[in-house]
Amino acid sequence: MKSGKGISRRGFLKVAGTTAAVAGTSGIFAPAILKAQQQPIKIGHLVPLTGFLSPMGDYAAKAGKLAIEEINAGGGVLGRPLETIVDDETNPGVGVQKATKMIQQDKVDFLLGTVSSAVCLAVMEVAERYQKIFVNSGSNSDEIRGGKCNYYTFCTEASNTQYVKAIGRYLVKNKNYKTFYILTSDYAFGHDLTRVSRRLLAELGGKEIGHDLVPTGTADYSSYILKVRNANPEVVLCNVAGADQTTFLKQYSEFGLKIDVAGGVTDTVLMWNAGKDAAQGVWTLIWWGDLDNAWTKNFSTKYRQKYGLPPENQAWGDYTSIKALAQAVQMAGTTDSKKVVEAMEKIKFDAGKGRELYYRPYDHQLIQPMYVVSIKKTGNRDQWDIFNVVSEVPGKDENLEVIAPTKEENPCNMKRA
Amino acid sequence: MDVTTFLQFFINGIVLGAIYILLAIGLSIIFGMIGIVNLTHGILYMLGAYATVTLAPYVGFFPNLVLSPLLVGLLGMAVEAAFLRKLYKGDPALGLLFTFGLAMFLEQVVRATWGTQGIPFQIPAALRGAIAAGPIIYSKYRYFIGLCSILVIAGLWYFLEKTPYGMIIRAGSRDPDMVRVLGISLKPVFTAVFGLGAAMAAISGVLASPLAGVEPAMGTNTGTFAFVVVVIGGLGSFWGSVISGLMVGEVESFCILFWPPMADASKFALMIAVLLLRPRGLLGRRWEKFE
Repeated sequence: MKSGKGISRRGFLKVAGTTAAVAGTSGIFAPAILKAQQQPIKIGHLVPLTGFLSPMGDYAAKAGKLAIEEINAGGGVLGRPLETIVDDETNPGVGVQKATKMIQQDKVDFLLGTVSSAVCLAVMEVAERYQKIFVNSGSNSDEIRGGKCNYYTFCTEASNTQYVKAIGRYLVKNKNYKTFYILTSDYAFGHDLTRVSRRLLAELGGKEIGHDLVPTGTADYSSYILKVRNANPEVVLCNVAGADQTTFLKQYSEFGLKIDVAGGVTDTVLMWNAGKDAAQGVWTLIWWGDLDNAWTKNFSTKYRQKYGLPPENQAWGDYTSIKALAQAVQMAGTTDSKKVVEAMEKIKFDAGKGRELYYRPYDHQLIQPMYVVSIKKTGNRDQWDIFNVVSEVPGKDENLEVIAPTKEENPCNMKRA
Repeated sequence: MDVTTFLQFFINGIVLGAIYILLAIGLSIIFGMIGIVNLTHGILYMLGAYATVTLAPYVGFFPNLVLSPLLVGLLGMAVEAAFLRKLYKGDPALGLLFTFGLAMFLEQVVRATWGTQGIPFQIPAALRGAIAAGPIIYSKYRYFIGLCSILVIAGLWYFLEKTPYGMIIRAGSRDPDMVRVLGISLKPVFTAVFGLGAAMAAISGVLASPLAGVEPAMGTNTGTFAFVVVVIGGLGSFWGSVISGLMVGEVESFCILFWPPMADASKFALMIAVLLLRPRGLLGRRWEKFE
């Protein structure tokens, strides 16, 4: 079995690390360590299982499970197994309730997850109040890592700025759009994305000739599409999120408009759901299961073997977050929040993006390349084979931070513990 | 606003309205006959869509306009015969609670059977693209939806008004005791009505399947909107639902033109306005058996 090799190598490293950690501790504490071995390290995993973001939630939960299994098969972290408690996050109120319950009743050591930016912002506050680390694996709004950032929150998910600057660099180089129509999801994520998109428009010298706020969960886009057609821009900037993006694309193709589509943010599953005939446009994606590197091949193969379906980019987010957290805990030698935060700020790791990634200490944002993709219309291997990667941004020779928000764009003044 | 824009949004409002009518009318006849607010309606709509995407690879799209409603209708009848029937004598809240629970259960069944991943599904080749009629360019498939809705609504009206079965249903929803006195058992009628309502929800699901993402959350909002349409039109009123569906469609269409952030809220604002003026809805009448 191909993947068996990967597990055993990883497993060997984990066992070796654990042995070293145990050997390095004074013998006096041995009984305490033995006792601790039975105590799992608990992670509260918040994923959207219902509502318009639920297409991503299932991948997040499954990938989390896979990461935990791999780590536990390799001897766990600090000799302790990892355990996740998965719960649904549908809105900020529920998110806060579930996160608080996880900390108070389930005694979790860490929080992980969220796709909705609104939920993420609420959960971050809980994390700070209880001084627990929260790794945001799927929420994009800039203020999460900017104005509202805090010491205990880390973002594996890229910020809207990273997404938009990536597509922006591509559009500047390859397209010469002058007139834009923007459709925006009417909640934290959409508003933020549009704010960042307008910055891009100013840079491109593009003109915004129309803008609509679209309620989340909108079932019918026909009226919006009619408005777009009447305004006749060169490109529609689609800043709607989740299942809404699928619905929009299906209906957009139905009306057969000849106006291009571009989007700062997409998720693989949304395009899978639309299908290659209806999907169109250029989009920024955080990671894609067909990227040509060993890490990605290994992860995609394992995920597919376990669940029968290829992983989506949200699977990457939660898998990577757990692996990073485990690495930091191992490095810190404890689950103490402050020590792990310091370790999180130091770790560097490969997560299938061809370069070493790291959380920037100043705003705890994972610094990483992004991928501009277009829809693969012909020669598809199967229904999952839906993207062509048209550009990796920043280029291989550029500094990764060029697409990250600058301190001026997105000031983060976190209070360090 | 020029005439072309007005016509475009007006036609679009009618088609939106047609979808709302199909959704709402099933809910309305179930309430009128059985007195149950069917909270599984959005789920039955979703099942219609799922049946379509599952069967289409074998039979194509069009036979689903009959097959899917038939299957979902049978499911509805089974649910009525096995569970709902036992709740008629109890507190009216029981039916509400039961259908609420059933909706959550069925949604999870869909997740477990078809996965949480949505299923890509396209408009049948014959109906893709847009047609230009003068300055008005509009989607072929949406004209098709409009046409189907008119046929279904007309068929249902004929069935309820002009056939003996329809007469029993109408009589049964007004005065069930008198119908029983005349020697007609209402038990099978209740089952049939629930099945009919479920089938109506499924038809709208079939028509929506190429337009909306077919995924487990697709029924959540839809059920709510159907309920809004029924309340505006007057619970149990056939023509009430038709008028109200068209109104909601037009209000939504023009709201998106002028004030898009309020598109969702507009339906509820309309409902509040109508209820303030006519507490039983537009064509709602006093129903002795519920008051």
